[in-house]
This record gives sequence, structure tokens and C-alpha cells, in this order.
Amino acid sequence: MKQIQLSHGGGGEETNSLIHDLFYRYFGNDILIAAEDAAVLEVKNKIAFTTDSFTVSPIFFNGGNIGKLAISGTVNDLAMMGAKPLYLSSAFMIEEGFSFDELETIVKTMAEELKHSGAKIVCGDTKVVPKGAVDQIFINTSGIGEIEKEGISANNLHEGDVIIVSGDVGRHGAAILMEREGLGITGDIQSDCATLWPAVQALIDSNITISALRDATRGGLSAVLNEWAGQSKVCLEIEEASVPVDEAVQGICELFGFEAFDFANEGTFIIAVPQHHAMLAIQALQDIDVTSNATIIGRVTMKKEGKVILHSLYGSSRYLDLPKGELLPRIC
Amino acid sequence: MNRLQLKDLYSGFRDPDTIKALAWAINDETKKLKEPLKIMEVCGGHTHTIMKYGLKQLLPSNIDFIHGPGCPVCIMPKERIDHAIALAQIPDSILLTLGDMIRVPGSKSSLALERAKGYDIRALYSPLDALKIAEENPDKKVIFFAIGFETTTPMTAAVLEQMVKRGITNLYFHINHVLVPPAVDAIMADGQAKINAFIGPAHVSVITGAKIYKSLPEKYATPVVVSGFEPVDVMQSILMIVKQKNEHRADMEIQYSRSVTLDGNTKAQKMIEKFMKPREHFRWRGIGDIPLSALELREEYAAYDAEKIFADILPTEPIDDHKLCICGTILKGLAKPNDCKVFGTACTPNTPMGSCMVSSEGACNAYYRYGEI
Repeated sequence: MKQIQLSHGGGGEETNSLIHDLFYRYFGNDILIAAEDAAVLEVKNKIAFTTDSFTVSPIFFNGGNIGKLAISGTVNDLAMMGAKPLYLSSAFMIEEGFSFDELETIVKTMAEELKHSGAKIVCGDTKVVPKGAVDQIFINTSGIGEIEKEGISANNLHEGDVIIVSGDVGRHGAAILMEREGLGITGDIQSDCATLWPAVQALIDSNITISALRDATRGGLSAVLNEWAGQSKVCLEIEEASVPVDEAVQGICELFGFEAFDFANEGTFIIAVPQHHAMLAIQALQDIDVTSNATIIGRVTMKKEGKVILHSLYGSSRYLDLPKGELLPRIC
Repeated sequence: MNRLQLKDLYSGFRDPDTIKALAWAINDETKKLKEPLKIMEVCGGHTHTIMKYGLKQLLPSNIDFIHGPGCPVCIMPKERIDHAIALAQIPDSILLTLGDMIRVPGSKSSLALERAKGYDIRALYSPLDALKIAEENPDKKVIFFAIGFETTTPMTAAVLEQMVKRGITNLYFHINHVLVPPAVDAIMADGQAKINAFIGPAHVSVITGAKIYKSLPEKYATPVVVSGFEPVDVMQSILMIVKQKNEHRADMEIQYSRSVTLDGNTKAQKMIEKFMKPREHFRWRGIGDIPLSALELREEYAAYDAEKIFADILPTEPIDDHKLCICGTILKGLAKPNDCKVFGTACTPNTPMGSCMVSSEGACNAYYRYGEI
């Protein structure tokens, strides 16, 4: 089996061949293959800039791999600011001895995922570190996008806004949990990992006023709603039963005492829009594959500033708090 | 025949119409009550259900809950958490435990902080994973810090049985398995809590059988209803309690009859009996020393008993809680979490001063997470 060796990150011939045979082959574009010290970019409008490091374990999971995450994660961060993703950097930290074939699979997946947004990788870096210095492979991607819709902000929610979720929640967290812990449970929970720019573009194209937009990654739905309530100094009132949760995801939660609302998502976002745009937004989202199950889950009120309240179907309500600390399974 | 699906185990027991109907029936029935009901839900799982589903909001004001001591993490005194930390610090050791135990503060540190320092500390999903870890690390001392009420004890016994069968010699046990009935007796003997009904634990009773509560109605003239953990279960149990009161009865009844019998899981009971025996006394956080309220390994298994093998490094002095923390009073049913001065301010799930704030089954944690709206 061909393996990545320290020499692949040494800057010499092996590094060169890795860059040409692998990275240029899959990521190749004019800016990248110019092979200068830095990429030269032309951007006319206001830009959004973001960075993220990816360290998922296992690196291959049901519904994706670390490469797919590295692209969709950064692209989605740009999309959530109303920015069309344009240029990405990608830096690999690879543990000596990592399988070349697996690296190729990851790079290939990244190239495929880029197609969903049209963004390009225009610069990169590769480091190979001694065994044990990283866990197999870490990837950092940074990205630049051109703002197409201004004014999207977590500080921008207003009383009367409607809260929409783009799909069912908790699938990425549940998928990773099932694989990571070797729980011996079989089931088909696929990560929701996906590029969200096409859905955001559809919203922009429909001229929808977007108060706030955020992908529900780590901390899940609970984190986003609480951040919004806190930053905009409003109350978010959510109808618990209207939040879509996959049956298998709920099953995992029942077994281990977790909440699907706290689980990470990698292709699901929350959007707040003025009430008169709610149905328009739902229609625009439902036309796009990854957000075809978009649905209204609640509204913005002033009932209790900074808080998220969940209403049950039987007349009780409770706070939905930020998830705290690491997710630990219940004891009994 | 339709296959039973996972959702069948809970969806009906969360049915909004059933919950509403039960709430209506309880409200109707309580009109006849002569005195307010102070129901102790012994188990933290029920506290969690009551708070998470907002059940108190559906009930009349003459029904109140006293949150009991049935949270294995909450009742662990600091000195025993210090035991876990001392064991984790043994060179070439791996310390295993369950869930929230990782986060509970001891006198100076917590297992989570020690793990961050580099000690090998792992939270297990299943106690049986201890066997695999011991086999994969033959040169390490693998120590299982076993916690829990009667529910988790059979799992520890199963690990012991498999360990003996497989000839594993590098696995040790620090046993902190505690028992429900002595704790309930201790609280009632105290006399201050004014409890006049009990909701009996769900999963504990699956193992022990409901027979362990049979003496309660006789001793204290209180109804006991063994209840499941779902909201419909708890609501139905409350209705059963109210009816008993109105009919001037004090009986032990089983609402959770889909899982609980009078005798319980006798196979599990025998397995526990084989490896463990009652401990002379065990100090409960907030409640104090209760005789025969916990288990320890039998003499025959002393070679695997971490408390004996590593006795010289384990602290022996009892350590009391922070003087502002009222976990003890809450565990005794004498106060509510929001009676505490530091609740939600100095003491939060991220910076817990007391154990009731740590575990998701702890009363303070449930109040903090779900609040009283």
C-alpha cells in the first residue's frame, strides 16, 4: 500500500509530485497552477472571509468524509453570510504512514463537493508530521465569498419574524456517534453533510428578506437558537413537535439520553424571515434538493428576552438551553 | 406480524392527547384531596421527565414534587471522587467510569480536568467495554469506577463474571453501587421532609422488583407507585396516587407494569449476590452515613477490589460540600434548587459547585436546563 511519508512534506521532489499528481489533478484551475507564493484574486464587491479546521473521527463516515466536510463547512459559512463562495485555501496536516489511496479519495471528494458551489481552491499547503503528532489527517480550509445579500446578522431578529429549519436535525452528530463509539448498533443514519449555497442562492434570487441565517453545526439547533435569542435580545418560541427529527436519530437519542436538538448538523440551517416572506422562503427552499423538507418551527416574540422556549402539544413549555460540555451518555 | 420498532417504546407514552386527558383527570380528582400532596420522585430520571416535559405546569397547585436522592452521580461524596482521581493518577493505569461522573468536582479537581492533564480516563458507553480495554492493554492496570443504583449493578456483576471466565487479571473495580430503600428510609427517618407519597423508580425496579417498596406503605402510611419514565407514565402514576389518597389507601402499586414485576430480574439479583455484599456503611453526599446502603465486592474477589489493592493511596477523610451549596438539603427533599443562593450564578452546569448541578438527573441541572416557566 502506498503511504504518505515525511518526505512528501519536505518541500523537495516528493512534495512536488504530490502537488502535481494529486492536488493539481483534482483541484486544478488557472490561479492554483500558476504556482506563485500567493494566489492573486480579483474581487469587485464586499467580501466575506472565513476559516475552519476539520479533525473528524472517523475520517470516513456514512454520508461523507473529512474532505466533504472541509469544503462544505467553509462554503456554508460563507453562504450563511449571503456570500457566494469563490475562493478557498486548503491546508493538509497528514500523519506519516497515512494511506495514499485514502488521501486521494478525500481530495477527489473535495473536488466533487466544490462543484455544488462553483468555488475554487486557489492555494494550499501540505505538512506531513511524525506518527502520533496528528490523528491521521487534519484539514484546514479558508474561504472568500462575494456578498450578494447584505445585512444578514445574528443581531437582526425582530419580533414577528418566523423561524424556519431547512431539514431534519441531528443527523451528522448521530451518524458520527454511531461510527465513533463502535456501539454495535446497525442502522442507516447518513450525515446531512452538504453544500448549502444553492439553497441560499434560491432565497436571494426570490428576493426574500433574510433577518438571520446560520448553519446548525456544533451545538446543533439549540446553539443557533440560543445565540440568536441572546444576540438579538429577543425570545424564540418553538413548537417542539414541528421540528423534524429522523426516527433513527431519535432512536439513538432515546438509547443514550441525548437530544437531537443538541446534535451537530453539516447541511442544515436555520433562517429567520419576516412573516410575510415565510411561505415564499419555504417554497424557494423546497425546490432545492438538500432543503426539500424545510419547514416553519417557530417565531420571534418578546416573551422572555434572550431565551428559547419550547412549547409541547399538550400545553406545557420549557426552556431550551445551550448544550453544555461534552455529550456524555446517561448512566442508567 | 409487525415488528416492534424503537419508537413504539416511547411515542405512545408521549401522546399529547393522553397527557391532556390524564391532566384533566388528575385536576378533577385532586378537588377531593384533603391535604396537599408532597410526592417524592425518588429517582433522578423522574425529576428529569417532570422538568423536561413541563408536567408540573399541567398539575394543580396542591401537588408538589420533592426531588429525591436517586441520582448516582449526585449522591457521590467528594472523597470518593478523590478516590477516582487518585486511581487515575496511578502510573500505567486506565480509569473507566460512566457518563457524568467525568465532570463531578472532587475536593480539588475532576476527572475531566485530570484527563486534560493527560491521564487516561474514559467514559464508557457500556460497562462491558471494560473487558475489551483490559484485554487490549495487558500491561496497564485498568480500573473500573463503578457507579449507580440497582439498575447498573448487574452490568458490573456481568463484567466481573466475564472477567473471571476470560482469565483477565489486570482489571480492578472500585464499587460505588448504592441501594434505594436505605436512602428512602434515611430521609423518612429524618422526618423533616413531610413526604406523603412516593413515585418509585422505573429501571431500578425492573431489576429489584417492586417488592423492595412493600414495606414503605406500612411504615409511613404513604402510597407508592412504581412508574415508568415517560410523561404518560408519570401522569398516570400521579393519578393513581391521588386516587389512593381519596380512597384512604396507602398501597404499593405498579404503573410500569410493562417492565416491572413484584420479583424483578432474579437472574440479575443472583449474579449481584454472587459478587457483592452489603457494605457496613456508605456516606451519601448531603445525607451522611447510611448503614447497609451500598455494596462492596465479596472477600473472594478482593484481588480485584481497587479499594483494597490501592488502599494506601486512597484518601479516607470525609470531605464536606462547599458551604454555600445546598445539594444535601435538596437531596433530603427540604429545599428546591432555586432556593439556593448560588443556583444559576456561581453554580452552573459548566461550573458546578455541587453534584446536583452536574448530572442530567440532578435536580439543579434539570431546573437550570428546563427552568420553571
